[in-house]
Amino acid sequence: MTDQGEDIFEMLSEALVETTPKPDPARRTANIAQATAVFSQSHQETGEAVRPMDKKAGRTRSAVSERIAFMTRKAKYLLAGSTALVTSFAALVLVVNQSDLMTQSAGETVFTSPEVSAPSTVDALSDAQSPAAEIAAQPAPLTAKREAVAPQAKIAAPPAVMSDVSGASGVVAPQALETFMASAPDAIAPQVQNNDRFDGKDLNSVKSVSEEPVSTFSIDVDTASWSFARRMIQSGQKPSPEMVRIEEMVNYFDYGYIAPADDAADPFATHVSVFDAPWHDGKQLVRIGIQGQEPAVEDRPPLDLAFLIDTSGSMNSPDKLGLLKQSFMLMLDQLRPEDRVGIVTYAGSAGVVLEMTGASDADDIEDALQRLAAGGSTAGAAGLRAAYDLIGDAKEEGRIGRVILATDGDFNVGISSTEELKTFIEGKRDEGAYLSVMGFGRGNYNDALMQTLAQNGNGQAAYIDTLSEARKVLVEQLSGALFPIANDVKIQVEFNPDTVAEYRLIGYETRALKREDFNNDKIDAGEIGAGHQVTALYEITPVGSDAREINPLRYGEEASESADATRGMTSELGYVNLRYKEPGESKSKLIGTPITAGSGTADTDASFAAAIAGFGQLLKDDRYLGDWSYDDAAALASTSMGNDPFGYRHEAVQLIHLMGSLDR
Amino acid sequence: MRDARSAEDNAQKGEGFCTSPETFEKFLSEHYDRIFAYAWRVLGNHADAEDLTQEVCLALPRKLAGYRGDCAPTTWLYRIVSNAAIDMLRRNAAAGRSKGAWADSLALAAADGQKRTRDSQWLSQAMSALPEDLRVTAALLVDREMSQAEAAQALDVAPGTIAWRMSEIKKRLKAVAKEECHD
Repeated sequence: MTDQGEDIFEMLSEALVETTPKPDPARRTANIAQATAVFSQSHQETGEAVRPMDKKAGRTRSAVSERIAFMTRKAKYLLAGSTALVTSFAALVLVVNQSDLMTQSAGETVFTSPEVSAPSTVDALSDAQSPAAEIAAQPAPLTAKREAVAPQAKIAAPPAVMSDVSGASGVVAPQALETFMASAPDAIAPQVQNNDRFDGKDLNSVKSVSEEPVSTFSIDVDTASWSFARRMIQSGQKPSPEMVRIEEMVNYFDYGYIAPADDAADPFATHVSVFDAPWHDGKQLVRIGIQGQEPAVEDRPPLDLAFLIDTSGSMNSPDKLGLLKQSFMLMLDQLRPEDRVGIVTYAGSAGVVLEMTGASDADDIEDALQRLAAGGSTAGAAGLRAAYDLIGDAKEEGRIGRVILATDGDFNVGISSTEELKTFIEGKRDEGAYLSVMGFGRGNYNDALMQTLAQNGNGQAAYIDTLSEARKVLVEQLSGALFPIANDVKIQVEFNPDTVAEYRLIGYETRALKREDFNNDKIDAGEIGAGHQVTALYEITPVGSDAREINPLRYGEEASESADATRGMTSELGYVNLRYKEPGESKSKLIGTPITAGSGTADTDASFAAAIAGFGQLLKDDRYLGDWSYDDAAALASTSMGNDPFGYRHEAVQLIHLMGSLDR
Repeated sequence: MRDARSAEDNAQKGEGFCTSPETFEKFLSEHYDRIFAYAWRVLGNHADAEDLTQEVCLALPRKLAGYRGDCAPTTWLYRIVSNAAIDMLRRNAAAGRSKGAWADSLALAAADGQKRTRDSQWLSQAMSALPEDLRVTAALLVDREMSQAEAAQALDVAPGTIAWRMSEIKKRLKAVAKEECHD
C-alpha cells in the first residue's frame, strides 16, 4: 500500500465498486411497485402528502366491499390459530393471481401501498438463487410438526372465500390478500442481518442468606421475551443470551392461580409454594405467584385508547403493518360501545388519522386502520406527544387513558436520547396515562427501548409475531392490560438464615431494586392489570444441604449450628412482603405471606413453570444447571401440561425440542 | 395540485421527467441499483442500504413536488439520497451503532482466501477513516458516473469544496495505507 497521488483513490474506487453487493431482487421489485403506487395516488389526488388520507376515499367503499370486508374478518378468526407454512403456500397461489389483477388495474385504482409488497414474495420464492428464498425456506424442519397443530381443514376454507373476493372488486382485493400475507409471516421474513437491539443483563448470582438476607425486585408482566425467542428458534437460530429474560418467558404462561374473592381487601392473591429443583439435588424452588382480581368487564371504567402506529418505511411488511392492522381489528371487537379509540401515525411527520371515536362506530375505526400505509422515517417522539394529547384528561372524566404503541422499534427522527423520551413518558405516567408497547417484526427490533418505554410508562411490553399471539395479548388479556388494578408492585423477600443458606432469584435481572427502595413510594415499579398473573421463582439451598455454592463463614454466626435449636422455633423459610398502590393513590399498601417449608408440592403448574425457567436458563446461561439439558426441560414440560386449552404449553414443548435439536 | 403541476412544468425542461406512473416507474427502475450501491458505499452494510433505498423510494413521490428543475433529475435524486444517507449515519451514531463493514458477506464467503479478506479489511479501514462529508463525496465519485461539478450540485456545495474534499480524501487514505505498512 505505498501508492502515491491519484492511485490511492483509484484503489479505493476499485475495491469499493468491486465489493458493492447487488440489492435484494425481491425488495427491489416490491419497493419500485410500492413507490409507483404511492406516486399514482398522489399524482391523481393532490401533490400533498399521501398518508393522512381523507375520509371520503374510504367512504367510496360499496356495500359489496363492506360485506367482503366482513367476510375476511371472519376468515381471520379461522386463521387465528395457525401460522403454518401450509397456510403461506395457500396464500401464495392466490398472490400470483392477485398480482396479475393488480397490475392490470394499477393505472386507475387507488389502492394504497403495503399490499403491493405481494409480488416480492412471489419473486422471493420463485427465484431460488435469491437469499430471501433461502431464508424463507429455513423454518422447514418445523413444518412437519406444525402441520399436526394446524389441521389443514382450517386452512382450506378461506381460499374459497378469497376467490370470490378477487372477482368482485379490484379495490378490496389487496386488503383481503393482505390478510393472507400476514397470516404467514414466517415464510416471508427475509432479514439476513439482525439489527435487533437488546439490553442484556447477566443472571442473578447466588446470594448467601447470612450476608444478604433480603431480595427486592419489581414485578414484570411483560411477555415479549418468550415470543421473540420463539420466533428466533422457529427460524432456526438460537436467541442470543441478552435477549432472554427468564421471568418474561415464565410469565407467558397461565398457571391457574386462584383469584381473590371479589370482596377481598387486596386486589390480588399471593400463592407461595416450595418444591424440589428439577436440575439440582439438594436445592429447592420457591414459587411466588400473584393473581390479580378479575372484575367483570361490565364493571370496568370506560377506556380511552390512542393507537400510536408506526408507519415508517420499515413497517412495510406483512408481518408488521399487516399483522398490526389485524391485531387491532381483533381488539376492536372486544371493546364496549362507551370506549373510545383514536389513531395517530408517525412517519416523517406525526399526524392524527382518527380523532377519538366511540367504539360503536367500528366501521370508521376499521376504515382508518385499513387506510394506513407505510412510508418515510420515524418521528416517534412527536407521535407519542400527539397520542397523549389525544387521550387528554381521560382521568378527570373517570376514564382510563392508555396509549398503545405499535412499532418495529425505531424512534428515529426528532428524539436522540432514550433518556429524554423516558422523562417525557414518566411525566405522562404521573398524570395517570398508561402506555403499552406492542413490538412487531424482526431485524430492526429495538427491545431495549421498548422495555424502557413500557416500564416507565406503567405498561406492558409484548412482542407480536403471529395472529394467535395477537389474540393472546390483545384479546385474552385485553381487560387486564388495559385496566390496571395495582400500580408500583414491588416484592421483597426476606430469607430465614436458620433454614435457608443460599438463594438465587431466577430472572428479573432488569427489575432489581435496592433494599431501601421497597418502602420508598417514589420509586416506580411494575403495574398489574385485571386478571394478570405474575410468577417469580427463587432457587434456595436449605441449611445443611451439601448443594451450597458458597462455603459457610468459619467465623460467622452460621458456624454454630447449635443455635438452631434455640432460634429454630419456626420452620419458615422466609417471608414475602409485597407493596402496591391502588390506581390513582400515591401511598402504598403492604401485604405479607410467609414461605413455609412444605407449604406446597410441585403441582403440574409449578413443574411447568420450573421447566420454562430451566429452558430460559439454558438459553441465557446454564452455569447453575449442571448437565440438565433441553431434553430434560422438554421432558419435564411434557409431563406437566395440565389444562392447556389454547395449546400454549404444547407449543412450548415443541419449541424446547426444536431448540435442543438446533443445539446439537 | 399546484405544487405538483409546477414541478412537472419545470421538469418539462428535462425529458418529461416523472409525469405519469409509467415514467416514474421507469425512472426509479433505471436508478434503483445505483441508489442502492451509493447507499451501501456510504453506510457500509447491506441491511442499512436496503432500508435506506426503501425509504428513498417511498419518499420520492412526495419529494417530486419539491423538484425545481434547477439541476438534472439524476443530480436531484442523488441530493435526496445523500441527505437521507447522512441522516441515517447520524441516527446510527446517536444510537451508538456504527455498523459499516464494507464487506459483502456473500462475496466474502465465496472469495479466494486471504487476499480478499485483506483487501476488504483495508477497504473497511479506509472508509471508516472518512468522516461523513468526505465519505458521501467519495461514494458519489467512485463509479465515475458523475462529474465533480454534478457532485457539487448533488451535495449542495461549491465546486471548489469538492476539489478540496478530494484532496482531503486522498490525504486520509494515504494515512490509512501508511499505518497498515507499519503494522
